[in-house]
Amino acid sequence: MRTEGRLTDNIDWTVIAIYLALITFGWLNIYAAVYDPENPTSIFNFSLNSGKQLIWIGISLVFASIIMLMDFRFFRTFSWLIYFMVIASLIAVLFLGTEVAGSKSWFQIGGVRIQPSEFAKYACALALAKFLNKSNFSFRKFKHIVAIAAIIIIPLALTVLQGDTGSALVYSAFILVLFREGMSPIILIIGVLSAILFILTLLVSKIVIIVAMIILGILGILLSLKEAKRIILVIMAVVYSIGLVISVDYVFNNVLKPHQQNRIQVFINPNADPMGAGWQVTQSKIAIGSGGFWGKGYLKGTQTKFDFIPDQSTDNIFCTVGEEHGFVGSLILVSVFVFFLIKLVQIAERQKSRYARAYGYAVTSIFLFHVMVNIGMTIGLFPVIGIPLPFFSYGGSALVAFSILLFTLLKLDAHRLQILGR
Amino acid sequence: MRDNRKYVFIGIIIIIGLVFISRLFALQVLDSNYKLAAEHNIIQRKVHYPFRGLVLDRKNNVLVENEPVFDVMVVPKEVEEDQKDKFCEIFNIDEEKYDEKLKNAKSYSYVKPSIFIKQLPLEEFAEIEDNLVGFNGFYVSPRTVRSYPHKSMASALGYIGEISKSQLEKYEKEHYEQGDFIGKSGLESEYEQELRGVKGISYQMVNVRGLVKGKFKQGLYDTLSSPGSNIKTSLDLELQQYAEWLMEGKRGSVVAIEPNTGEILTFISAPSYDPNILTGRDFPKNYQSLLEDTLKPLFIRPLMSPYPPGSIFKLAQALIALEEKVIFPYTRITCNRNIIACHGDHYFEDLKGAIKNSCNPYFRETFKRIINQNLDENTYKDSEIGLATWNKHIRSFGFGTPLGIDIPNEKGGFIPQPAYYDKLYGDNRWKFSTIYSLAIGQGEISIVPIQMANLAAILANRGYYMTPHFIKDIDEKESIPETYKVRNYTSIDTGHFPIVIDAMEQVVKKGTGLRANVPGIDVCGKTGTAENPHGEDHSVFICFAPKENPKIAISVFVENSGQGGRAAAGISGLMIEKYLLGEIKRTWLEDYIKKGEFIY
Repeated sequence: MRTEGRLTDNIDWTVIAIYLALITFGWLNIYAAVYDPENPTSIFNFSLNSGKQLIWIGISLVFASIIMLMDFRFFRTFSWLIYFMVIASLIAVLFLGTEVAGSKSWFQIGGVRIQPSEFAKYACALALAKFLNKSNFSFRKFKHIVAIAAIIIIPLALTVLQGDTGSALVYSAFILVLFREGMSPIILIIGVLSAILFILTLLVSKIVIIVAMIILGILGILLSLKEAKRIILVIMAVVYSIGLVISVDYVFNNVLKPHQQNRIQVFINPNADPMGAGWQVTQSKIAIGSGGFWGKGYLKGTQTKFDFIPDQSTDNIFCTVGEEHGFVGSLILVSVFVFFLIKLVQIAERQKSRYARAYGYAVTSIFLFHVMVNIGMTIGLFPVIGIPLPFFSYGGSALVAFSILLFTLLKLDAHRLQILGR
Repeated sequence: MRDNRKYVFIGIIIIIGLVFISRLFALQVLDSNYKLAAEHNIIQRKVHYPFRGLVLDRKNNVLVENEPVFDVMVVPKEVEEDQKDKFCEIFNIDEEKYDEKLKNAKSYSYVKPSIFIKQLPLEEFAEIEDNLVGFNGFYVSPRTVRSYPHKSMASALGYIGEISKSQLEKYEKEHYEQGDFIGKSGLESEYEQELRGVKGISYQMVNVRGLVKGKFKQGLYDTLSSPGSNIKTSLDLELQQYAEWLMEGKRGSVVAIEPNTGEILTFISAPSYDPNILTGRDFPKNYQSLLEDTLKPLFIRPLMSPYPPGSIFKLAQALIALEEKVIFPYTRITCNRNIIACHGDHYFEDLKGAIKNSCNPYFRETFKRIINQNLDENTYKDSEIGLATWNKHIRSFGFGTPLGIDIPNEKGGFIPQPAYYDKLYGDNRWKFSTIYSLAIGQGEISIVPIQMANLAAILANRGYYMTPHFIKDIDEKESIPETYKVRNYTSIDTGHFPIVIDAMEQVVKKGTGLRANVPGIDVCGKTGTAENPHGEDHSVFICFAPKENPKIAISVFVENSGQGGRAAAGISGLMIEKYLLGEIKRTWLEDYIKKGEFIY
């Protein structure tokens, strides 16, 4: 053990300041989203989302304080326990949960609804870090690969079963953690290319893509005539691509649900059905675009006030920012998130233990995915995927879970000098 | 190497940030369409239609006013399917129609109101008003249509109708939009700018369900409507209605003018129609049937129907001859009926006698002296010079071009010029004997009835006319255009008028215009019988009264009713009696006119 300074000396106060700024600004925007100019109510009114969110902010701060006061070894010690408890709750919610808007992912306890899948990401991050921290861990061991896949896929699958595909997609962010911890980038690249190919197939005729693939394949073979291994690789890639292209229709029509098909179609062609499936994308772009450079002013937005935006205090909270605070407000918010995420990368990097570093990257990846997809969908850069904007969107479970996620990292970071690397 | 992967992370984060910021910049700063789209989303523009101005007669009788009607509006989203049967029953429409109308409304908007039943009159509305309360999604929107309490003067007042596409393109955008009404003819059209008023527009904010959430920008862009101006016309309702009554069952025109002002007192195009049928929801149907009517009630005869003037033209010919000094009051000419037919018992009259007897040979000779003044050896050339001179004079009476009355579609009639005959017969191929019919108001010549009344006014004024017009004031402020205050002098010296006027007095007292003779009033008139190659001759009469300080000048043109002395003179006489004396003593003449058997 190295020297122990006072705990407060090692806490990253910058990140805490950003955290506090984000939840405050988020809270003000939730009020703006539910504000009714004809019938103004106080921001503290507990029947409004803004009032409820204030309670959740309080609860989050309590959790944050507890975490900061706990023994930092708790998390590493009980990673598995937390993981299995959350998995148990994910299974329980399938049987005991309350269905809200098509997703059976809520526990109703009195007047409060808790969504275990929000905490599952946290648990998965802990478990993943714990596993990667194993002394004999190697990406070359098939057994280990299977274990990692299981750690990620079990909560993912349970979340899909609840009907919350959006939250399930967040687990794909863990690939970034594995990448940082030594996984070959090929998987990452294959993943990205597959997604591009999938979208491309919906846009362009399949024959064209298949022909293009074959031509690329022949070129690849010609360029690597002397290396049999590369030729095999190229052939595999071509076969995989063609297989993917052919399966797109099947996946699209049989695996995806109609509303998911719509969202992808709207993403590809936003103007096809502006009053129907494209409503949300069209309206959120109108709201944000109409904000102009300076915005319409706090509580002066019209598109969000008059209910043109669905889910405006939760998934579409960014519309309120864009409309009322304009480009300037949006620029500041995006910049703050970028700064925040870079800061998290730095924090992760300065950890001495693989456990803390992997956990740090897991936190970064989860936040990155949420920010990218949430803001991206409101400005038409991503299909509509219903996940919250961290610290901003209304929602108790999400806010508390994000806070725990972040403060666990800050706690580990505060003790980074005490956690010995290997 | 793995430590470098953190830069991949930071790179991804920064790239995503930059992509978002540039996308936001494009959406929020570069593209202004979203601002418009947002306003389009929330702003509902509401038009408040002003009251159109009233039209009054010279004694402040209301000729045109506004009548409330009620549109039943529908908001499809709020309509309940199970109320269909009951609705159809109460409002007496069949279910197919109901479905069709609802479908049309839906195709416009689910949440915005559109018209379901158009323009219910007050009495029908009163019946259903209470029933309407029970139906969700149906509302009432009051508006006004034009109403003509006296059912008179259709052709002068005109009508209003929905603005056409071509008019929309032509007129100022701020005043008209599709579906607006605009004056389509008559005074409604001429004084459209004054009558229409100013539309008020308010902008309301609505939410996604179309519910009103308040004024847009606290009403910063809202404007108030202001009613149109009231137009006071020179028409005399009483005289107009009397003359309309006399013209019932006849075809033709009556125009009465106050000579010293040019104010039109009476303006009749017969047959007419009740202007009320061109208001409200039956407009298209009624308009179509008026269009198809063989009697052409929409045709404004006093302005648009060119007739050969017949013998009334001799008055102008006499004045021109006097001015050209080719005859003198004492000039006598033999009534040589071998050259041109004549009528009545006379032989060798002076000017006065010739007018009184409407002697054709006299005026043929007179016209010959105007045309051939031996200014050129070549008789063809000489005729050309003569006709040009005559043209100059006759056009100063307001013939040949529209007078400039203040309702649209006025025609000018036709006064042939030398060039016209050159084209018709060839240069130097025509002379007096080719064109002599003009002498007695026949041949190629044509004038419209308002010009005939104007001729009477010129005689009444002894040499000038005020351009006939309807306008008296706008909103009780004197606002007659300057052109209507100018005396238009003819090229005839005032000194030549008394002899012609004396002759006109004789026409009425002892000659062909006896039926226009009103006891106690010196009426001066001239009959005409315009030859009609297509059927019975047209009966024409122009007159003014009293002889000294004239108050009224009239032209009456009754198609296919024979000599001017009968129908036309009778109607004129009765109008003078009515206007100047206030009551009709010669009821036998009314009976005669109403019976309408003039051709014998």
